[in-house]
Amino acid sequence: MELIKANEAVVKAAILAGCTQYYGYPITPASEVAMASAKYLPKVGGTFLQAESEVAAINMVYGASGAGARVMTASSGPGISLKQEGVSYMAASELPCVIVDVMRAGPGLGNIWPEQGDWNQVVHGGGHGNYKVIVLTPNCAQEMCDLTILAFELAEKYRTPVYLLTDAYIGQMMEPVNFPKERVKPARKDWALYADADSHKNLVSSIFMSTGGLEEHNIHLQEKYAEIEKNEVRYQEVMVEDADLVMIGYGFISRMLLSVTEILREEGYKVGLLRPITAFPFCSKRLEELAGQGKTFLDVELSNGQMLRDVRLAVGKDATVHFYNRMGGIVPSVEELTNVARGYLK
Amino acid sequence: MAKDILQKPGAFFDQFDRKGGAQKTTHYCPGCGHGNAHKLIAEAIDDMGLQDRAVFVSPVGCSVFAYYYFDMGNIQAAHGRAPAVGTGVKRTRPNSIVISYQGDGDLASIGSAEILHAANRGEQMAVFFINNAIYGMTGGQMAATSLIGQKTTTSPYGRTVENEGYPMQMAEIMATLRAPVFVQRCHLADSKGIMDTRKAVRKAIKNQAEGKGFSFVEILSPCPTGWKMSTHDACEYIKTNMLPIFPAKVFKDESETREPFFREIPTLTDEQVIKALELGMLGEPQPRDEKFLKNFTTMKYKFAGFGGQGVLTAGVILAATAMQENLQVSWIPSYGPEMRGGTANCSVVLSKDPIGSPLVVKPDVLAVMNDPSLDTFENDLKPGGLLIVNSSIIARKTKRTDIDTLYIPLTDIASKMGLTAAANMVLLGAYLEYTKLLPLEHLKLIAPRGLKRKELADKNVEAVEAGAKWVRENITAKKTKAPAPVA
Amino acid sequence: MAEYTQPRVEIVPNLCKACQRCVDVCKPGVIETNLENAFNELGYQWLVYKGEGCTGCGACFYACPEPGAIIVFKRTKAEEDVAGNGKAPK
Repeated sequence: MELIKANEAVVKAAILAGCTQYYGYPITPASEVAMASAKYLPKVGGTFLQAESEVAAINMVYGASGAGARVMTASSGPGISLKQEGVSYMAASELPCVIVDVMRAGPGLGNIWPEQGDWNQVVHGGGHGNYKVIVLTPNCAQEMCDLTILAFELAEKYRTPVYLLTDAYIGQMMEPVNFPKERVKPARKDWALYADADSHKNLVSSIFMSTGGLEEHNIHLQEKYAEIEKNEVRYQEVMVEDADLVMIGYGFISRMLLSVTEILREEGYKVGLLRPITAFPFCSKRLEELAGQGKTFLDVELSNGQMLRDVRLAVGKDATVHFYNRMGGIVPSVEELTNVARGYLK
Repeated sequence: MAKDILQKPGAFFDQFDRKGGAQKTTHYCPGCGHGNAHKLIAEAIDDMGLQDRAVFVSPVGCSVFAYYYFDMGNIQAAHGRAPAVGTGVKRTRPNSIVISYQGDGDLASIGSAEILHAANRGEQMAVFFINNAIYGMTGGQMAATSLIGQKTTTSPYGRTVENEGYPMQMAEIMATLRAPVFVQRCHLADSKGIMDTRKAVRKAIKNQAEGKGFSFVEILSPCPTGWKMSTHDACEYIKTNMLPIFPAKVFKDESETREPFFREIPTLTDEQVIKALELGMLGEPQPRDEKFLKNFTTMKYKFAGFGGQGVLTAGVILAATAMQENLQVSWIPSYGPEMRGGTANCSVVLSKDPIGSPLVVKPDVLAVMNDPSLDTFENDLKPGGLLIVNSSIIARKTKRTDIDTLYIPLTDIASKMGLTAAANMVLLGAYLEYTKLLPLEHLKLIAPRGLKRKELADKNVEAVEAGAKWVRENITAKKTKAPAPVA
Repeated sequence: MAEYTQPRVEIVPNLCKACQRCVDVCKPGVIETNLENAFNELGYQWLVYKGEGCTGCGACFYACPEPGAIIVFKRTKAEEDVAGNGKAPK
């Protein structure tokens, strides 16, 4: 059992998940992931390389993944914006990788404090073309370990980039973490470039010039995303069954809402928490069910309502969805959120 | 050994199935230099028997379809990113022969950062830079290497210095960097030029096979369609117009003297990996008894001071100690808006249940090491909470009357022991002695393991003991005799 | 004595894009447009070897941008290599 910083837990978990390489560019608040990678990867025979930009970094990840490696990168909002073209290329070339987005307040330079303003560009594909990527949203150090391992598994299972969508606060926390005791040995991939006789016919590319070829490829990708939506939805529920008001929040906000739930339950209010653990595939079906049971919802986010759009889509027009948000790096206190939620319960 | 027959190299596919349409010819225009460069590369790979190990990185531009032709590993890169993609491939497969094949738009414009840094890192790859001073694929636009006065679809009145600056001389730029082992510019305008290019291509690939590092070959190449000339005139244009601006010569060649470097990727056992990751340092928890855990009420702490006083570490060590009891713990440093008053501070929560918000606003215990911290957080302490004041530094008393307060000369105690920095351990020792919340031995066990600087381990255990001793002598003793206010 | 075939060039009609580069570099000038000025499948008037005078120097092979359009037969490999230097006897 370790007491470890969440941003560092990602790196140790990645190494145990068979990750051998990290390419990235320093940016607050994601630099700890880079620094931990720089410290530990060389010690396990891995590669750490600080690229000249996030654009170069994601393309190094593309190359390494194309050569069959388990590979990771990390950044924050502005860097993720720069990587979007590369992510679209990787989604199209069906290349697995893990991207950690330690979100900070935007838009533009913004500041280094937490926000959840990357949901659109990460969950709804910020790059060009009809693609999606799997997005996991940890809310504690143990999940930064467990979801990193899961991310590498899902990335290869579906041959897709997988994001860990986290934020400045989660990254900074130190909490107990139980790490696996052995290291995953990834299997050889028949599509990758191993610079040997068996793989020299392989082509890693996302260009389809033959007529109908790209449409065919698009249809294949959409089928993959449907498969992911069928099998990989994950969320956590706290006292939702009998709740009148279901609060929805992910990442650090879900930690605040857990405290709010405890306080209001002690005051006798029937309130619950639904926490998405996968942002894509989103827990739309479950939300639809809860709406069907007449629940009302309170979406709490550090953004202008980027997840709210998906919640509204899921629950439909008849359900009541309240919304409370802060932006620009301001994190609401538990007291503030408790008052807001109580207001909808009276 | 001179070959008897000069024919299509084996490193080319026999038939270009990936191409569709006429599958035995390239998609390149008649007379296009790409075809020549492709042939020289394929021949070199063939002659050196490197086909299985080769990975061809094709760019965006006319040669985006190079993977139609090369019967070897192929990976297609986003515009300008081939050197970065090549870096990823080579770092993953050190025995691969990575070829980054790029046009002037790809390399000298959008990819200028990638090529500069791959070169500066001395990435083990062979870069073939086809400079035809125009964007062919997209319809004849100006390139970074277009000549002054050259008319293109985006410099219809001819390139001017005032508007577009000068043609970029990439080989010269590459040669200023220390890491590249071989930098040459050559051309395809006539037989001599082609044969010089052939030698350069072979040397670049041989360098990589011998682990000599980063080779860069710039190849002036005719683009009859883009320049709107016959092939013959295009070749003349290279010699009369381009060569004066882009001299064909060897800028740098340390191929013979450069020490080879082959990256080895060791394989480690799981145990070696676990050890390298420094896991298991805290050892497994040694909880005393179940009852303790079941009855434990959540405790919230705030440690505040300035950076150097070890307040953040104090929080970490307390949390780590609490883990011995299988308690849930969280630690979060001051980060963001609460960094008011220039104090560094951290929040610690200890609980038997999963912890909600790790941010402590109303602490049960507040430890302050300097005046700003007391001023900033004094009123946030819960009524009935415990305030620990570092009286070595903070002169004033608290205004609060509804709390329990300990004034402890933490810094003095620590400096008397010869390690002022251990004031935070004196604090923890005093706290646990005073509250008996957790066993002191657990703290003494954990303190050294939690510290980065191992050599201070003993001193820090001493500090814990000194803190506890101070409480026993100054608080507990007084409590049993007569509860007089503490000096 | 083994009999020696003369060096020669072969141009595959349907692979030639008539860019004339081989003509430009052929010192003895033994390559020309096909006599019928006919067009190949691609729509180019392919080039042909005049039939004699090729020295086997190979310049045309390297000047040709198409991978398989031109093949140069430098010389036969003599049974007994008299000079031992792999070159055809003068």
